[in-house]
Amino acid sequence: MHLLGLPLVVTAQVDLVLVLVSLLAFWTRLSRLSYPNAVVFDEVYYGQFVSLYMKRVFFIDDSGPPLGHMILAFGAYLGGFDGNFLWNRIGADYPSSVSVWSLRLLPALCGSLCVPLVYLLTLELNFSHLAALGAALLLLLENSLIVQSRFMLLESVLIFFVLLAFLSYLRFHNAPNRFSWLLLSGASCAAAVGVKYMGVFSYLLLLGVASLHTWNLIGDHTLNVCVQCVCRFMCLVVVPVLLYVFWFYIHLGLLSHSGPHDQLMSSAFQASLQGGLSRITQGQPLEVAYGSQVTLRSSASQPIPCWLHSHRANYPVRYENGRGSSHQQQVTCYPFKDVNNWWIIKDPGKQKLVVGSPPQPVRHGDVIQLVHGMTSRFLNSHDVAAPMSPHAQEVSGYIDFNVSMAAQNLWRVHISNREAESDVWKTILSEVRLVHVNTSAVLKLSGVSLPDWGFRQLEVVAEKLFKGHSSVLGWTVEEHRYGTSQEQKEREAELHSPTHIDIDRKMSFWAKFLELQWKMLTVKQEDSEHKYSSSPLEWITMETNIAYWLHSSTNAQIHLIGNPVSWGVANLSLLAYQLLAAVYLVRRRRGIKDLPDAVWCRFSCLGCVCVGGWVVNFVPFLLMEKTLFLYHYLPALCYLYVLSPALLEHAHTHLLSSAIQRQALGVCVSAVLLTVFLSYRNFCPLTYGSPELSANQLQGLRWRETWDILYRHR
Amino acid sequence: MAKGESITQWNKSGDTSTLRNRKSFPTSAPNTPVSKGQSCPTGNDAQSSNGTSAQFSSRLSDRHMCTVLLVLVVGLSFSTRLYKITEPPHVCWDETHFGKMGSYYINRTFFFDVHPPLGKMLIGLAGYMTGYDGTFPFMKPGDKYEHHNYWGMRGFCAVLGSLLPIFAYLIVLELSRSETAALIAASLLIFDTGCITISQYILLDPILMFFIMAAVLSMVKFNQQVYRPFSASWWLWLVLTGVNLAGALGVKFVGLFVILLVGLNTVWDLWRLLGDLSLSLVDIAKHFLARVVGLILFPLFFYVTVFAIHFVVLNKSGPGDGFFSSAFQSRLIGNNLHNASMPEYLAYGSTITVKNLRIAGGYLHSHWHLYPEGVGARQQQVTAYLHKDYNNLWLVHRQNSNESQSPTPDLVRHGDIIRLEHKETTRNLHSHLHEAPLTKKHFQVTGYGNNGTGDANDLWQVEVCGGQKGDLVKVLRSKVRFLHRATGCVLYSSGKTLPKWGWEQVEVTCSPYLKETPSSQWNIEDHINPKLPNISLSVLKPHFLEILLESHIVMIRGNSGLKPKDNEMNSKPWHWPINYQGLRFSGVNETEYRVYLLGNPVLWWMNLASLGLYLIMVAVASVALQRGFSLSQKRKEHSHVLMRGGGLLLLGWLLHYAPFYTMGRVLYYHHYFPAMLFSSMLTGITLDILLKSADLLLRPPYSDWLQRAGQLVLLFTVLHSFYLFHPLSYGMTGPLAHEPGSSMAGLKWMDSWEF
Repeated sequence: MHLLGLPLVVTAQVDLVLVLVSLLAFWTRLSRLSYPNAVVFDEVYYGQFVSLYMKRVFFIDDSGPPLGHMILAFGAYLGGFDGNFLWNRIGADYPSSVSVWSLRLLPALCGSLCVPLVYLLTLELNFSHLAALGAALLLLLENSLIVQSRFMLLESVLIFFVLLAFLSYLRFHNAPNRFSWLLLSGASCAAAVGVKYMGVFSYLLLLGVASLHTWNLIGDHTLNVCVQCVCRFMCLVVVPVLLYVFWFYIHLGLLSHSGPHDQLMSSAFQASLQGGLSRITQGQPLEVAYGSQVTLRSSASQPIPCWLHSHRANYPVRYENGRGSSHQQQVTCYPFKDVNNWWIIKDPGKQKLVVGSPPQPVRHGDVIQLVHGMTSRFLNSHDVAAPMSPHAQEVSGYIDFNVSMAAQNLWRVHISNREAESDVWKTILSEVRLVHVNTSAVLKLSGVSLPDWGFRQLEVVAEKLFKGHSSVLGWTVEEHRYGTSQEQKEREAELHSPTHIDIDRKMSFWAKFLELQWKMLTVKQEDSEHKYSSSPLEWITMETNIAYWLHSSTNAQIHLIGNPVSWGVANLSLLAYQLLAAVYLVRRRRGIKDLPDAVWCRFSCLGCVCVGGWVVNFVPFLLMEKTLFLYHYLPALCYLYVLSPALLEHAHTHLLSSAIQRQALGVCVSAVLLTVFLSYRNFCPLTYGSPELSANQLQGLRWRETWDILYRHR
Repeated sequence: MAKGESITQWNKSGDTSTLRNRKSFPTSAPNTPVSKGQSCPTGNDAQSSNGTSAQFSSRLSDRHMCTVLLVLVVGLSFSTRLYKITEPPHVCWDETHFGKMGSYYINRTFFFDVHPPLGKMLIGLAGYMTGYDGTFPFMKPGDKYEHHNYWGMRGFCAVLGSLLPIFAYLIVLELSRSETAALIAASLLIFDTGCITISQYILLDPILMFFIMAAVLSMVKFNQQVYRPFSASWWLWLVLTGVNLAGALGVKFVGLFVILLVGLNTVWDLWRLLGDLSLSLVDIAKHFLARVVGLILFPLFFYVTVFAIHFVVLNKSGPGDGFFSSAFQSRLIGNNLHNASMPEYLAYGSTITVKNLRIAGGYLHSHWHLYPEGVGARQQQVTAYLHKDYNNLWLVHRQNSNESQSPTPDLVRHGDIIRLEHKETTRNLHSHLHEAPLTKKHFQVTGYGNNGTGDANDLWQVEVCGGQKGDLVKVLRSKVRFLHRATGCVLYSSGKTLPKWGWEQVEVTCSPYLKETPSSQWNIEDHINPKLPNISLSVLKPHFLEILLESHIVMIRGNSGLKPKDNEMNSKPWHWPINYQGLRFSGVNETEYRVYLLGNPVLWWMNLASLGLYLIMVAVASVALQRGFSLSQKRKEHSHVLMRGGGLLLLGWLLHYAPFYTMGRVLYYHHYFPAMLFSSMLTGITLDILLKSADLLLRPPYSDWLQRAGQLVLLFTVLHSFYLFHPLSYGMTGPLAHEPGSSMAGLKWMDSWEF
């Protein structure tokens, strides 16, 4: 009742400058977003994943964790994209059914929000509004950031989350006990790492800064240190880790159908996807028994996934290099489903090839024979050099040529992932090694392709000195059924018929998460140089550009080219900061304090965040052996754009003493800003793809010899 | 009996070490200069208040004991390393390389290796001094030495290897002032089977580790001289540090890591001096200059001298010639460019080899293999190849194939259009608008046509750099570029190694960027034309610094070229500290004499555990200090030793281990050994302080007992594990470990061990 008596007052403070730069940012990033109405550069790469999300088909992409892809897919979902578009070449026109605007909306929004974020970040670093405005303007007028934001690409999203993480952490640091900011910081870190692995380095930097601050707390006896530490740890470590896993949870929840990348995953993983393997393996008997008919898949997915195979062709009597073979039936590994992939598990003591009732399961350590289903040859190995890997033993389907080469066809089952010593061999779940009883060699996929006589299938050998754990030694039963026919003819018919029955098999989320994450980190795509790839050292001077799009008939084109003037300003300020910091440090060490402690603290904090941010986003690339592009440098560049105006402000207040010097600085800064703007205007046609320029004008824009700008000969 | 004695002595040393500690610690007496051995008791425990005579006698026995312990360490170290030094009497593992290179020095034959020369020079010297004549071919592992004198080279390596535990003892003693810690560190190394094995053969590693440890020891000694700057011993240790650094780098480039360690230590030291306001800027400048001279200039001079000797000694042509430029090769006796005599100007109809001018660029090469499918057009490969080979020969033809029959052939001039035909395969050098295999910005270069008939894409314009139209092309001396007529690109060697289909040779492309770089410049090296008179050519002798630079670039490129093969099992850095897998030095079968390089697993796992323990202890100590708890003097000293001494060793371990994670080249288990030395020394300090902190748990008399018991258990563990695993180093015969009758039965604790 008392409340009603009060006047209802809303006080709001609006920073008009902030609003203005935000509006400008939205205008530069969002206007005419659906032009060009064609696939631009890496949209062709991310687009295929967006389509797969729409169809909920499983895929694996080693370029980054799934959050970034999901954000792009979310934009597509909002625009009602149905995934029916073939992403096959850059420059292909989008059909009218695709809402290009919504595909590109989210990255563009993130890109625009970076501008106000930088403004606020500068304020949180305790610099003035003028410095903040400077940083925002540099970011606003950076052509490369505009280009990278306006298409379905992930860098702008990454930069957005990284900036947000630092902003919210500094908010928390400046006003402690507002743990919601800390929580937001942790969440943004998780998002940044979830978009691209590169986010990890920014996250580590933030953790470093945070632990430095926490370390200083330990000496403070006025606080409850334990609570502080635990809170910080929860917000900055536990929450991000959980969130990161959560992205995968959504990812796996969304992608429930089998798809093109199934074969990279283990059989158990594949069986958990709808369609594909699970359709075949649904309802298979779980325990492998004597008389079972099985296909054996190699655990190695290198060079390609394949199944143990044999066919009616023998090893040539002599190889090309003159070595002899046993001339017995070839045993290979074949990367396609085939009726010749079926093998029957036989008890060496008995003749029958059918499963008894009750079925007698095969256990770890049991000795078995393997009979090839279509040819009835026994899997055999002996002391004959294998065709391509002469240090290993040949593996063959045994044919008795009466040349005193006795059959050596006993194999011991060794279950590598057993839980108990007498564990039963299970379909899909067990990874098995087949140890040759006579020679104790292990059946192994050598990974080498056979020549024409072996139909270019992969070589299988037995090797004696097995070295620890290696996936080339493991085999998994994939398709499986209990054999019922003793007669060869019936059995062939049985093998040709599809498999049957029905039970459901579940794999826990954690197992799937770990497998997927491991595969994403280890799958290596053949990396070769790209026409527009560049090396990190070239980024600093912007030696190369990237042509993103060229109109199909005119000279209109879009390039990733930064604003050369801002680029120069950024490099200069990086250099200047380091020099200045070195001078200050040495002088402080000699007991000369140029700066009051508070100012020094602010100055070093600026260095930690901005120079540190540049270093962690740049140096790792020097050590990477993958194909790199100019756009990888953009996150590092953003830190420098925060650094430059702040450094100028520092110079203005603490280095320049006379009014004239300050005025001169003011004039210089205005002049530089003007040139930044002019150079932005100059490159606008290459940033927005319009208007079309003539060949001469394009030649004029080629400021560096090494830039590739395209001309259409007409 | 000797063992028993050593135990009691060791225990006694534990008593007095705390006393010694206090005396020479800078923290307890920061501004009083304390020289070693001098005592100024400031403590307040029972012993120091006993009076001067007791103190004197304790110090005397202390010193006496120190010597005894050192002698013990020396004796054990040498006896474990030199035992069975001549076994097995055949070439083991990499002896085939380094023994061979030692022989090259004795024979003065030029060769190429990816490592700098000092280690191999020393091996060669040791062999020479002990009567080895350099005639053994070292063809492959397993070859019997027979009458050749190989013991000298092995013995030399073993002697250097024996010094490692001694150095470790001294370093830890210096860092922690505790004989117990030093003794633990030394015994970990003495009884490590891996360290023994790697010291017993003709390898670079014992030499490298000798220099690393010597550098660290001199650095630590130098740090100790902090209160007597510019004294003779100060200079001595400074210069010794520098010499050893140069030595380490001169053996293997891994020496860079110890240089980094010393560098960081020096920066830290200078930073400390800078903060000392009692020193004037002039003093600081003196300090700085002294270090520049001692740690940079002097080692650099030493290092360069090593190379100078290398080039002077090796003056005969040998297997490594092709890696180097034409000018370099002309220095070597027996090379075809040494006092070369050939037609002076390039002529039509000549047979030539063409060498790229980038440093360590190869010869233009082609062979009977096509580019695989998916890599440009499926035509014959053209590459750059570093070895001399008949496939490097090319014929120079006119644009139109009719050769003039005149007795004196026409000469090629600047601006002429020529065709280059590969002599062996009769294909023409060809380029077209397809992407090059690796450098996608360039065009592909192929061999095309048959018997010299091809198409218009086979024509190249010759251009002499800095020449004018009509200039003649001088063999060996002109820098030549080949411009492709049809596309306007220039023949270019990118320096990138082709994958397996290209036999790991170097890519050759046609670059549309016409800037003049050595990569696009070539010179004519061999020139054969029977119709022209041979003229003796004195090639410009290269400057020594040019040779030095060139050989470094060749070495670095060779190092990064050692890529892991796809289907081989590679050793990964994370394998090493857990002792995942060793290296087979000799023998595979049951009948052979087998030696297996594998660290004593008990000790290695102890090292690993102590690393974790160290981190925990340091964390606890630093939190306690930061929180401002009042700690007793003893604890403060312990945490100081942990942070300063331990920190230095941890840094050493990190610097010698972490960089391997970023290396693309093929890695081996033995790369971990330098890091393992640091890890063992750290274990010494950590375990010693852990045991001395027993009084945190128990009250005084019991805590002392606990400390003793701990030391005894440790000693027993070390000795027993050595007893169990010693056959790894000293050789095993008979059945393999997984069979019951073996000497190693039951000891194959990990499936990945191969003995």
